[in-house]
Amino acid sequence: MEIKYTGDNDCIYAELSGELDECSAEYVRISLDDLLKNESFSKSKLVLDFSKVSFMDSTGIGMLLGRYNKFSKQDISIYIKNPTSYVNRIFEMTGIYQIIPKVC
Amino acid sequence: MAFDNYFKLEFEAKKVNESFARNTVAMFCTVLKPTLSEINDIKTAVSEAVTNSIVHGYEDKGGKIVLEVGIENNVVDIKVIDNGIGISDIDMAIQPFFTTKTEEEHSGMGFTLMDSFMNTLEVKSNDSGEKGSGLIVHMQKVIRG
Repeated sequence: MEIKYTGDNDCIYAELSGELDECSAEYVRISLDDLLKNESFSKSKLVLDFSKVSFMDSTGIGMLLGRYNKFSKQDISIYIKNPTSYVNRIFEMTGIYQIIPKVC
Repeated sequence: MAFDNYFKLEFEAKKVNESFARNTVAMFCTVLKPTLSEINDIKTAVSEAVTNSIVHGYEDKGGKIVLEVGIENNVVDIKVIDNGIGISDIDMAIQPFFTTKTEEEHSGMGFTLMDSFMNTLEVKSNDSGEKGSGLIVHMQKVIRG
């Protein structure tokens, strides 16, 4: 699992690539939470690009719910972008879009 | 059930083996010419069952997981067996969003995904387990290709 970060004025983009399971989720948790430790971090949106996530199980859902809890406390909104049809199916099945919306 | 083809393997309950387990089952099934969607369904279901054994059954302390996979006609039959602490109330455990580890960011959706992605799902105690009651997750997928 790798994460590539880019950003603009009020938004940070995190492009996840690889397989998101229990084994790799810890790295994603730590990497994303490190954004909150950065004092210069003043963005209001975090967009997670899932286009290069080739596999995901329910661990991904748990990881997202955990990030939602942490980031929303600091008034940062999280969005999901470009999931593959397979990953999108898991997101829809679990209802995650009700709290972490999908953006185009 | 007498299978046309079958394998059984035992591996250590380590997170690093989740990918090994699901990809091994996926490769074994390729003779049935499954669609990408069917392969992904199987990979996710195996990953959920194996993760459950590692994280819940053995509580991340390690142990042995047995994976048995058979093919009969166009049905893939998968058993994930552990000798971990087992589940005292299986009916409750398979409910969506049920988790005993709320502080650890588990979604509680594992059995829901297994049930959704596979054609059959049976969860029962492994009475032959050496410690605790263990768990057997038995699931089948019909491959339509």
